[in-house]
Amino acid sequence: MEKKWFTISVYAENNVGLLNRISGIFLKRHINIESLNVSKSEIEHVSKFTIVVNTTEDWTRKIVGQIEKQVEVIKAFYHTDDETIYQESALFKIDSALLFDERQIQNIIKESNSQIVTVSRDFFVLAKTGRRHEIDEMHNALEPYGILQFVRSGRIAVTKEAMPITEILENAIK
Amino acid sequence: METLKAQQKKKTAKTAMKITGAEAIIHCLLAEGVDLIYGYPGGAIMPVYDELYKFQDKLTHILTRHEQGATHAAQGYARVSGKVGVAMATSGPGATNLVTGLADAQIDSTPMVCITGQVPRHLLGSDAFQETDIVGISTPVTKWNYQITKASEIPEIIAKAFYIAKSGRPGPVLIDITKNAQFDELAFTYEKCTGVRSYTPFPKPEMSAIKAAAELINQAKRPYIVWGQGIILGEAEEELKALIEKTGIPAAWTIMGESAIPTSHPLNVGMVGMHGNYGPNVLTNECDLLLAIGMRFDDRVTGSLDTYAKQAKVVHFEIDPAEIDKNVKADVAVLGDAKETLQLLLPLVNTNSHEAWHNEFKAKDKIEFDTVIKNDIHPQKDGLTMGEVIEEINIASKNKAVIVTDVGQHQMIACRYAKFEQTKSNITSGGLGTMGFALPAAIGAKMGAMDREVVAIIGDGGYQMTIQELGVIFQHQVPVKIVVLNNDHLGMVRQWQELFFERRYASTVMVNPDFVKIAEGYHIEANRVSERKDLKQAVQKMIASDKPYFLEVKVEKEDNVFPMIPSGASVSDILLK
Ligand SMILES: Cc1ncc(C[n+]2csc(CCOP(=O)(O)OP(=O)(O)O)c2C)c(N)n1
Repeated sequence: MEKKWFTISVYAENNVGLLNRISGIFLKRHINIESLNVSKSEIEHVSKFTIVVNTTEDWTRKIVGQIEKQVEVIKAFYHTDDETIYQESALFKIDSALLFDERQIQNIIKESNSQIVTVSRDFFVLAKTGRRHEIDEMHNALEPYGILQFVRSGRIAVTKEAMPITEILENAIK
Repeated sequence: METLKAQQKKKTAKTAMKITGAEAIIHCLLAEGVDLIYGYPGGAIMPVYDELYKFQDKLTHILTRHEQGATHAAQGYARVSGKVGVAMATSGPGATNLVTGLADAQIDSTPMVCITGQVPRHLLGSDAFQETDIVGISTPVTKWNYQITKASEIPEIIAKAFYIAKSGRPGPVLIDITKNAQFDELAFTYEKCTGVRSYTPFPKPEMSAIKAAAELINQAKRPYIVWGQGIILGEAEEELKALIEKTGIPAAWTIMGESAIPTSHPLNVGMVGMHGNYGPNVLTNECDLLLAIGMRFDDRVTGSLDTYAKQAKVVHFEIDPAEIDKNVKADVAVLGDAKETLQLLLPLVNTNSHEAWHNEFKAKDKIEFDTVIKNDIHPQKDGLTMGEVIEEINIASKNKAVIVTDVGQHQMIACRYAKFEQTKSNITSGGLGTMGFALPAAIGAKMGAMDREVVAIIGDGGYQMTIQELGVIFQHQVPVKIVVLNNDHLGMVRQWQELFFERRYASTVMVNPDFVKIAEGYHIEANRVSERKDLKQAVQKMIASDKPYFLEVKVEKEDNVFPMIPSGASVSDILLK
């Protein structure tokens, strides 16, 4: 079966040990977590893990089954890129001198649709939100001039279809 | 409503006693109906042991000689009784010694709660004396685990632990309790846990799946059932029996499902898997419908998946959705508790007898009997076989014993030849294959079913992994019968070396001590048999004893267990010799 990108969304109770439990499921099967993001969700006291993997659908389905089986997990889903709206963010720290010495830098900022977060005498910071390839393109464009620091976040995603988490929780309480 | 709630609150507030966390733990255990726990004390759990001392008339604590023994004893207890087994240990090495038992209970779905002491909260993460991250270590081998750092958390978390361990697909839960939480006081009230919102113990059965299953059953010409421990855990023995009797479907078992249906039942066709029976393995690849009930298609059962039951439609009755399509793709998945789903299925299936199909099993049975079983049970050679010992135990115990096995050749032989009339009677380490399991598990099994004969069957290798538990048997006069089938080898590994490594017996030859003297050192009556003429009487004498009893049988040193599916081969290619 062919490998694809899948976004796994996990709705879970806030619990310190859960991340360890979930990452162990990937570890056991030698499946690399390409990106991981943990945040609160639309429901109070429920957190959402967004995990990106590049593997077969069969493995993804099995992993989601194992994740969902964990006591603190309310529900886990997986989706292809087409079924989600997703973004990543990145920060680029760049030498301030370049702003004045390299005219091209200004163009890159404009074309990439990124924001200047801060400027100081020594450096400035650019923030870019978008698809992975857009961030990669911007990185490639800036790299020749020198990037002092670079960091990219995990993917965050919402699905096109509805996620009936509240209903699941209400049914569970009954 | 509001005032009623307020009143209730007031009332509970009044009845709430102020007690220490350690005492609260005892009250929680008592509220869960626990009257027996296995464990080993140490610094970080001492406040709880102090309370155990005060409550010893209500709660018996058995000091095993190693924490691993405590877990296996708790497992043995849980497996015969259906109740949750409880083990306790201190932090650090005490806690890490529980890991094998947790892993065993996890893979064999055994309900168990382990309680460990932990360094005080303010020392967590400081590499304090006997601090280990047991929650981190035990995460992959527990159904759930949690660290309590405040006394006030104790009642709710322990209630949750028991609920999770027992409900749905059972499993082990570890609760780590820091020492400050044991010393501090809380206002104690206890409420049993009846649900956890993020956790669904088992899915509700869907009538459409059950109807689809019934349709396939009614159409099938060569239907075949393989059941597993799900029948025993779900207490669905009667339902399974009713199903096979109505439909006439031949039914085989995995070793974890053994004893759910009496051995003598005409529709019970035997054991599947690596050393299972010939017909049940070969005919897996000749049935047209495979009904897998409460089993999980372990690789020791299926052999190569590429050639497993490919010709058949597969219906998988399963409590755990994550098992569906994990190893074998199901045409119909019937999710739910087996008792419930089989009850719903029964009225929808037609009466049948499948005689011709049965005769195929019988024909294969004859082949297996002539080439394997006859020589195992009624050997012509001088040396004693493991099979004839098991047969003598069957006879002496009138097929009524609980048989607890360790891991290796003797385990496979015992599972093949032991006869059972009653469920929950075959206690073995199936999924993990833990040598050292049997002796402590037999202690737990006996204490969980005092009215039953409990016979442990152990190899000379595995016996020496937990032999120190003889101390428990002696101290508490636990009347288990211990049979060591001594071949002076790590037999099962030696068999593989003989078959697949050109007889290079690397580290499988055992130079053994005088096992009889060791038992006698623990003041346990002991006997040794090395000739056939003495076997029957020795076994009879052992079974007749109402005290702990040790019997060593010197068996043939280089016997092999057959039939055998070489690992990775197809069930069709099972070897008869
Ligand atoms: C704790 C543990 N270590 C190693 C093994 C691998 N192993 C499986 S069977 C076996 C040999 C068992 O020998 P013995 O207890 O004498 O029983 P026999 O096979 O001779 O009946 C070994 C070493 C295991 N299952 N468990």
